[in-house]
Amino acid sequence: MKSLILGTAALALTAGMGLAETVRLGTEGAYAPWNFVNDAGEIDGFERELGDELCKRAELTCEWVKNDWDSIIPNLVSGNYDTIIAGMSITDERDEVIDFTQPYTPPDPSAYVAQSADVDLENGVIAAQATTIQAAFVAEQGWTLVEFATPEETVAAVRNGEADAVLADKSFLDTVVGDGLVMLEKSESLGGGVGMGFRESDAELRGKFDAAIQSMKDDGSLNELIAKWEVSSQW
Amino acid sequence: MFSYCTDPSTLEGLSWLSCYLTTGKHVNLYISVFVVLTLLAITAPTALVFGFGAASAARSKFLPLRWFGKGYTSIVRGVPDIAFFLFFVIALDQAFEWMRHKVKCPDWDQPIRQGIDFVVCDAAKLPLSTSPQWVHETYGFFLAVLTFSIVFGAFAANVLYGAMRAVPRAQIETAEAYGMTHRQAFWRILVPQMWVYALPGLSNLWMVLIKSTPLLFLLGVEDIVYWAKELGGTKTARFTDYPHPNWHVEYFFALLVFYLCFTKVSEVVLDRVMTRLTKGQATAAGEAQRKAAA
Repeated sequence: MKSLILGTAALALTAGMGLAETVRLGTEGAYAPWNFVNDAGEIDGFERELGDELCKRAELTCEWVKNDWDSIIPNLVSGNYDTIIAGMSITDERDEVIDFTQPYTPPDPSAYVAQSADVDLENGVIAAQATTIQAAFVAEQGWTLVEFATPEETVAAVRNGEADAVLADKSFLDTVVGDGLVMLEKSESLGGGVGMGFRESDAELRGKFDAAIQSMKDDGSLNELIAKWEVSSQW
Repeated sequence: MFSYCTDPSTLEGLSWLSCYLTTGKHVNLYISVFVVLTLLAITAPTALVFGFGAASAARSKFLPLRWFGKGYTSIVRGVPDIAFFLFFVIALDQAFEWMRHKVKCPDWDQPIRQGIDFVVCDAAKLPLSTSPQWVHETYGFFLAVLTFSIVFGAFAANVLYGAMRAVPRAQIETAEAYGMTHRQAFWRILVPQMWVYALPGLSNLWMVLIKSTPLLFLLGVEDIVYWAKELGGTKTARFTDYPHPNWHVEYFFALLVFYLCFTKVSEVVLDRVMTRLTKGQATAAGEAQRKAAA
């Protein structure tokens, strides 16, 4: 125990010698095509490529960190990582707690997926991931909402009949339709686009990423990336 | 991993499975098994030391020490594990950083609490934000060991406290009659004899500890349950070379077998320890052992 403490302390000291600014990017790793864990066990997806490119443009060294969606904001605030890049829509509610960059994907409609196209949403049970804009929307409508910790579980709930439909980002649901599930015609316009989240005290870092996102918007590389991963409409 | 794994879509049956089970993602699962075992191997003795310290403190003649021992056991035992893990670890981490901040950045002029943000100077961050990922992981692991030890130490303290009281009073009296001091009687008579009373309670704690490792993910340590959940999820062909439907049942069944084997091995080992500890003790089992040998 004692040697472990000393060892960790020694490491922490020596590791501080070579100073290059390292930024830790927090993501969920369970929301294809935005972010997911690939066969090699690494974080992959639209946001992986976007984050790496942004870090290159901002001349920062970046590390990827996985964190549960549930605790992704508290762990940012307590300093486990420096930014959230996890398909998080910009909302007023979240903006009170953390700060966002400008959006890197435009606001896109959320879609419903159910076992049949004639499901009655108002009297049915709707599944959504906890603490998402979709869950807030369903609750606001006064419909029956069941929340799950991961996107995977919301879809599983529809498959096994626990819920009648699931409401989520269309790009994510596109990856699960087929095999008995259909997407409804109806869609909802929610949120203000997806941005990166920062601690409110970290304005300088946020500025760097904001500028990098702007430069990717200007030279069209952001649109290419959006098209490659089919995450949303383009700018 | 294997040379024939380059195009998994052409494979079938066992060769597909052999490739599937050796992807980088599965290797992470296997590593997490070792992480969990290491955690248990470090936590169990540490918790026992904490427990022993607290139990001895609770018996102390010195009042504040007794308060400390009793306060620690009752407070930690009374708080739900999950609340303890969410609150205490963050508080502990912030306490470390606060102390480093006071030492390393004495001329910092901004407040440390800004709204809900906890802001310390860069040099005080633990681990430093510049350190590589594995340092962060080791630090998280260390926090996990410490938190588990504190929680399970409190339960162990209660078990050991009871065990110390279960040693027949006559044994201590005899020791005193031989002229041993209080300290000598404690170390030479009480401690060697108490384990046989403590072991049933401690073995319960060990079983609970084995099964509480999923709490690790709250601290950012990826344990086997996290990976089973991740690997078992539906995988579509667009994002993986090994598409499959929802395999949670299969993965959780494997987990079940793992935990059952692990607890079975523990039971066998604990039974042997119990037989050994019972030898020569003034308990019913010890007496039975003596008669069987005679």
